Amino acid sequence: MLFDKFQAMADFQASLAEREVAPFGAVTEEILSATEGVVQGHKVLLAGTNNYLGLSYDPRCIKAARDAAQRWGTGTTGSRLANGSFAEHQALETEIAGFYGVDHAIVFSTGYAATMGMCSTLAGPGDVILMDGDSHASIYAGVKLSGAEVIRFKHSDPEDLAKRMRRLGDRANQALIIAEGIYSMLGDVAPLQEIAAVKREYGGYLLVDEAHSMGVLGDSGRGAAQAAGVEADVDFSVGTFSKSLGAIGGFCVSPHVELEAIRFCITAYIFTASSSPSVIASTRESLRIIGQEPQLREKLWDNANHLYDGLKSLGLPVGPTASPVVAVEMEDRSATIDCWKALMEAGVYVNLVVPPASPSTSFLLRNSVSAAHSSEQIDMIIAAYAGILEAGLINPPQAT
Amino acid sequence: MTDYQEYLDFLCTALESQNKNKLTLSEATTLVGDIGLSSLEVMEFIEKIEDHFDISIPLNILPDVNTIGELAQKVRELNF
Repeated sequence: MLFDKFQAMADFQASLAEREVAPFGAVTEEILSATEGVVQGHKVLLAGTNNYLGLSYDPRCIKAARDAAQRWGTGTTGSRLANGSFAEHQALETEIAGFYGVDHAIVFSTGYAATMGMCSTLAGPGDVILMDGDSHASIYAGVKLSGAEVIRFKHSDPEDLAKRMRRLGDRANQALIIAEGIYSMLGDVAPLQEIAAVKREYGGYLLVDEAHSMGVLGDSGRGAAQAAGVEADVDFSVGTFSKSLGAIGGFCVSPHVELEAIRFCITAYIFTASSSPSVIASTRESLRIIGQEPQLREKLWDNANHLYDGLKSLGLPVGPTASPVVAVEMEDRSATIDCWKALMEAGVYVNLVVPPASPSTSFLLRNSVSAAHSSEQIDMIIAAYAGILEAGLINPPQAT
Repeated sequence: MTDYQEYLDFLCTALESQNKNKLTLSEATTLVGDIGLSSLEVMEFIEKIEDHFDISIPLNILPDVNTIGELAQKVRELNF
């Protein structure tokens, strides 16, 4: 039957409803600030967003959006290739290219469209893609659509990548290598120096998804490639406006002039409406702020280290290094759901992540910090975790 | 080139550690339906095969692979 394959999900959702929890698609009823809201009736501290720099609620960005809506209307009602390219879109493309120090950029309507669109278009039948095994769903969707031969290398394992490049022989120098900057679920940073070294040895092209690292890493906030000092090895950087930039949309930047022709071949760019001018305007303002206010990144990392050290000192199983994403890894689904519910009741909203969204068979309580969090708010998050430990909801804690 | 039967034998042996239901593994045994491998376990098994034969198995072939025999045939083709 057509619907049989959805039964397991329907059963899972029903089991959550019986426990009176709705961790997936939890409705935010009110936003009080960049770090506080009302979610499912609970006034909570928002510790499960990707609002890394807190710019979603910055008055300058809100004003830019409001002014643009006044000037341009609420939507473009068309594709970038038809009536949907406004001067705002073109200006953002110029500015994002300038931010990355390259000449070519494409602005997409979502980050998903950017990564999926680039991955599905750059390589085609007869080409080879080597992708990190823990890549985002948008990358998996893109490579599947591409028609290229798709080979997965072990997560953040440059030796495994090198081995697979060696196996390709003469085809290696035309292969497309795909990695991310920061991986979104555990917050781990890709070993881009080593990955770039493999590319230099075997050839090929490198695409880096900076969705979670733009605005977070690098001297000027360009992301993990800048932090690793390997931007010259990156052929395509893709990213999103929905995290550090606090809006929605995506981009690809490249030093290759061919990007201008590629633009006209990406169905995820052509056959969808362009972003609303208000969204583009707030993104432009956020980009300007990121360029001029490096103290936001410093505050973000202070908060990241604060939360990481706090959760680690409680003995919770967090990752090996601090990052703006701090995930507590658990083995039992039911216990993880209980913890999520207890955190909500304690006034802290975090993300509940279950396989296959998590990179293994683990369940995650995914916390993310923002530059807008105060030190006291980070302490509140840590205290909420201490509470679930005292309640015996995580037992026994296993530090890694 | 190694014979198909040798690939099949290797795969059956390699799968024994994950054969929780103690099935008699054959070319008709399905990886997911019969053995009960999760998608993650399938990928870990694929990595084991790749390292053993020093090959890369493209993700593209996986939708066509249900049984151990079908996987043995694909590995044989890739290792040719």
